[in-house]
Amino acid sequence: MKKVTPISVFACLFISVLLSAISTSAQNIKPDADNAGLTLPTGFAALKVADNVGRTRHIAVNKQGAIYAKLERLDNGKGIVVLKDTDGDGRAETKTSFANYIGTGIAIKGNYLYAASNKEVFKYALNENGDIVDENAAATIVTGLIDKGQHNSKSITLDNAGNIYVNIGAPSNACQEKDRTKGSMGMMPCPILDSAGGIWQFKVDQFNQSYANGVRYATGLRNVVGLDWNNQLNQLFVTQHGRDMLNNLYPEIYDTTLSAELPSETMYAINKGDNAGWPYVYYDHSKGKKMMAPEYGGDGKKTVEDKFINPAMAFPAHMAPNGLLFYTGNQFPARYKNGAFIAFHGSWNRSPLPQEGYYVVFVPYENGKPTGKWEVFANGFSGKTVVKNPRDAQHRPCGLAEGPDGSLYVSDDVKGTIYRIMYQK
Amino acid sequence: MQRIILAVVVGMISFSAVTAQTNNKLVAASIARGKTVYLQRCMVCHQADGGGVPKLNAPLDASTAVNGSDISKLVKYIVKGLNDRIEIDGEFYANAMPAADDLKDQQIADVLTFIRSNWSNKAGPVTLTQVKQIRSKLK
Ligand code: HEC
Repeated sequence: MKKVTPISVFACLFISVLLSAISTSAQNIKPDADNAGLTLPTGFAALKVADNVGRTRHIAVNKQGAIYAKLERLDNGKGIVVLKDTDGDGRAETKTSFANYIGTGIAIKGNYLYAASNKEVFKYALNENGDIVDENAAATIVTGLIDKGQHNSKSITLDNAGNIYVNIGAPSNACQEKDRTKGSMGMMPCPILDSAGGIWQFKVDQFNQSYANGVRYATGLRNVVGLDWNNQLNQLFVTQHGRDMLNNLYPEIYDTTLSAELPSETMYAINKGDNAGWPYVYYDHSKGKKMMAPEYGGDGKKTVEDKFINPAMAFPAHMAPNGLLFYTGNQFPARYKNGAFIAFHGSWNRSPLPQEGYYVVFVPYENGKPTGKWEVFANGFSGKTVVKNPRDAQHRPCGLAEGPDGSLYVSDDVKGTIYRIMYQK
Repeated sequence: MQRIILAVVVGMISFSAVTAQTNNKLVAASIARGKTVYLQRCMVCHQADGGGVPKLNAPLDASTAVNGSDISKLVKYIVKGLNDRIEIDGEFYANAMPAADDLKDQQIADVLTFIRSNWSNKAGPVTLTQVKQIRSKLK
């Protein structure tokens, strides 16, 4: 056996102190003077980890604090960016990239990084430093998923039993015979649900799985972009983008104001086999009811009571919940622990009324249930007090990740800004 | 002889001034009607400022195609819809544009005239005759 000298023990201690200093010192990191342009609750501060990274969709942070960001458009031919803070100032000094595909979903579980294109899911081994062992050795675990442009982004999350959950968005607004076309009826039953409009479950350790190998874990979900496995409850949670264009398609039932405010954006606690009811129903948070969709005989008044699950939480319409994260860290005050952060990408379907969203929301939880009241946690991404037209928004929040020290990271897919939000007493 | 020429020239000038005036009025009326169609059928996606929605719905403001001379293409987009995810001015758009084939020829001329002359766009009007001709070949 090799003799352990005091000096090497000292060196090890020194190195580990140094390492932990780099990744766990939110208290000592100097935030940006303007908190990266964000408005935050008292005690919170923010900085821009990086800017102009590309169209960063979802993000994942490894145990060492390095950020992996999935790009929606290739940057120099690459689709995943790795950002590292090498001097502990909270800002990224190095940026490398790999992978030749675009996409949204990215996640780290154990010693693996998982990343999704708009059709597939790939898996990469990570070494003890949290780095990719071999960038060219991506294992295809899921393949052949539907990609028809509309709602094609694939988001992913993993449970603790060897399963990965993939959202497959419906390439449709309301399952009309002719999509988004006035006067076109809803198809009954909606054939899209066979291969989209739900969450599919696959195994993390099998290769080239597709519909035949996967389980349709939940259905009736139009387009989920935010999803997270809640480890406290051991349950899948998803946020759905509700349907569009009620006024355009049914002006005799919905005026422009109603159409801007309906339907709710929704968060669901999912159990295997659940059906959230798209396209047959939409949720109306002002009534607290599931409403029959007009394409299926609804008139703005008919409710559906018996079928389909209810949301765990409903939000104003069209705000586009793109990122969901259950906070498990200890850095933020205790009330944030096990609560949900949701990144709202911001609406477009409210015109001529001003747009809404473009912020990160916090949903407090008590005893595994949302208390029912959500609050804006981080605002100011758009750089505007009111966003009238979506192209005016300078940044739009999209992905969320928790750092090893409990910092909250937010990605923006307009300019590719990565924000780090910290609690500093 | 000179007098005759003068009279003819004067007559021509005043005639063309009159037609230009009526033309302007006709175009203004077409733009006004086109705006109504736009608000009801297009604004939801292309927005009040014609700026579209980044990555989702193409902008019409400052678009090469909207300001271009290929009217057939524009008429076709409206009658048939557009879901080809073509590259538009260097960008791709994920949403599906529905066919609006319930619109009358005049409404299509109006809405195209509106989008070609609104915001920063400065392209000329689209006439009923043009739409009729193009549309008959589409069927
Ligand atoms: C549901 C959303 C939606 C509606 C409603 C809609 N569009 Fe579009 N429009 C789009 C999308 C998305 C594209 C790009 C499609 C593609 O690339 O495949 C587009 C493209 C276009 C283009 C081509 C732009 C270019 O630069 O090449 C024109 C012109 C256009 N739309 C006009 C209209 C008009 C006029 C209306 C109303 C009658 C309308 N659109 C209604 C979504 C919509």
